[in-house]
Amino acid sequence: MPAPRFRPVAEHAVLVEFADRIDADAQATVHRLDRALAAAPFAGLREAIPAYVSLLVAFDPAVTDHKAVGRHLGRLLAGAAPAASPPATHEVAVCYDAALAPDLAAVAAQTAMSPEAVIAAHLAGDYAVAMYGFAPGYAYLSGVPEPIRLPRKAAALRGVAAGSVIVAGAQCLVTTLTMPSGWWVIGRSPTRILDSGAERPFLFEVGDRVRFRRIARDTFDAATA
Amino acid sequence: MTGARLVVRAAGPHCTVQDAGRPGMGRFGVPASGPMDRIAFAAANRALGNPAGAAGIEVSAGGLTVDCVAGRVGFAVAGGGFVVDQDGRRGGSWMTGVLAAGSTLAIRAGPWGSWTYLALAGRLVVPRWLGSAATHAPSGLGGGRLSAGDRLEIEDAGPGPVAPGPITVSLHARPRPVLRVVMGPQERFFEPGSRALLVEATWRQTEARDRMGVRLSGPPIAPAAALDMPSEPVARGSVQVAGDGVATVLMADHQTTGGYPKIATALDCDLDGFAQLRPRDRFVFRAVTPAEAVAAARLRAAGLAAYLAALSRGGAGR
Repeated sequence: MPAPRFRPVAEHAVLVEFADRIDADAQATVHRLDRALAAAPFAGLREAIPAYVSLLVAFDPAVTDHKAVGRHLGRLLAGAAPAASPPATHEVAVCYDAALAPDLAAVAAQTAMSPEAVIAAHLAGDYAVAMYGFAPGYAYLSGVPEPIRLPRKAAALRGVAAGSVIVAGAQCLVTTLTMPSGWWVIGRSPTRILDSGAERPFLFEVGDRVRFRRIARDTFDAATA
Repeated sequence: MTGARLVVRAAGPHCTVQDAGRPGMGRFGVPASGPMDRIAFAAANRALGNPAGAAGIEVSAGGLTVDCVAGRVGFAVAGGGFVVDQDGRRGGSWMTGVLAAGSTLAIRAGPWGSWTYLALAGRLVVPRWLGSAATHAPSGLGGGRLSAGDRLEIEDAGPGPVAPGPITVSLHARPRPVLRVVMGPQERFFEPGSRALLVEATWRQTEARDRMGVRLSGPPIAPAAALDMPSEPVARGSVQVAGDGVATVLMADHQTTGGYPKIATALDCDLDGFAQLRPRDRFVFRAVTPAEAVAAARLRAAGLAAYLAALSRGGAGR
């Protein structure tokens, strides 16, 4: 296991870092500590925010402090991993209809693949929820297959529709809001990752697995009607 | 049940509905949002006998004018040094009053401050998103951004304090020319000279500021190391530095993760006063240890609790 570094953040948080670069072991350790903390919270815990190789643990400074929080996290890291249930797997529907996939042709051209081969590669990926960020419900899914990894576009495009399935590098994301994005739009999903009215508003927990399933345009239209 | 209705005649940019915010959803990419100056917001509510976190209106320096078209409702304006004009009677913010049908309330920027708060005695009927009426400005979700023609309904409208009048101004509601920080968590990306410069230089806020963050004007403090750090979680108050060396302080609607290094993080208990600075106002960063930061937060929380308790006991209406 990588040696953790505890970094104080203002008066109210500790950032636990496990690596300087994205690394599978570090990511697994972040998820392990996140689950252990949820199972054994300390008094004054406000929230834990996981990212690729780090976990931000926010606390109420009226109740505890950085040193006490660091000791608690150190004990959790030294302890046996909690008997965590295996991560959930979610199936996310995606329609690759050209009208909903404005960048599919460009991705095909840049990777010297046919659009169908790009779709097949995207569907073959085994994705994991690495973290949320950028905007509410924006879950970064790692696991885009090598052949269709592209750097992001030179400039972000405004008004990328909610539900867009976008890729850049090894990351894939299903947008929840209409926002600017410089990633490649290769499809649209009717699956809502963020549903404010639901009892559990967010479909994914960090660490969960995701598979994409292709749907036809009429299925997409029926689902979003 | 008595109600009152206001209609927005004019609203400057960045006038939004806020409440205590939606903390605890950072792991899902959702910032807490809520008021830029939480102290003034709580003061406005408490002066009316509302819960401190009841939904109210955040008013930017662009101002807000509302017409009361039905009913009668107590109101409070607290935060900054704004001008409050009710039907031609002019005074300053930090006051309570009563709005009745036919009355017009105009709030505009005054001698100091960037944000003020309009609280209404009763329950403001506004949309909620993820359990809170706080507006997340980048998406507009929550209670929402105000614009001309919008209607505001108040349920269970009450008269407010028995004797309308001034609200005692919190010491901590003043603009703070000193922003205390704990260095890091990514100060290692910066040369020692840049780290020293952060606390030695004089800084100013720029016009490039909104509910997400405030871009600063000061000496460039470009990160020395290549910007290849993986995205990390970020807190309100992070002093984030882009590749060009320009620093930004992240505020209420900040993104929850980011790949720019944070040279330092401002104490949360200093951010309300920091938000009340205006563009071109000078300020300095002062580095404190984590233990000093915790002690400062505890001192501030105790002072604030006593102040708000005094307002609730009617200290508002003298």
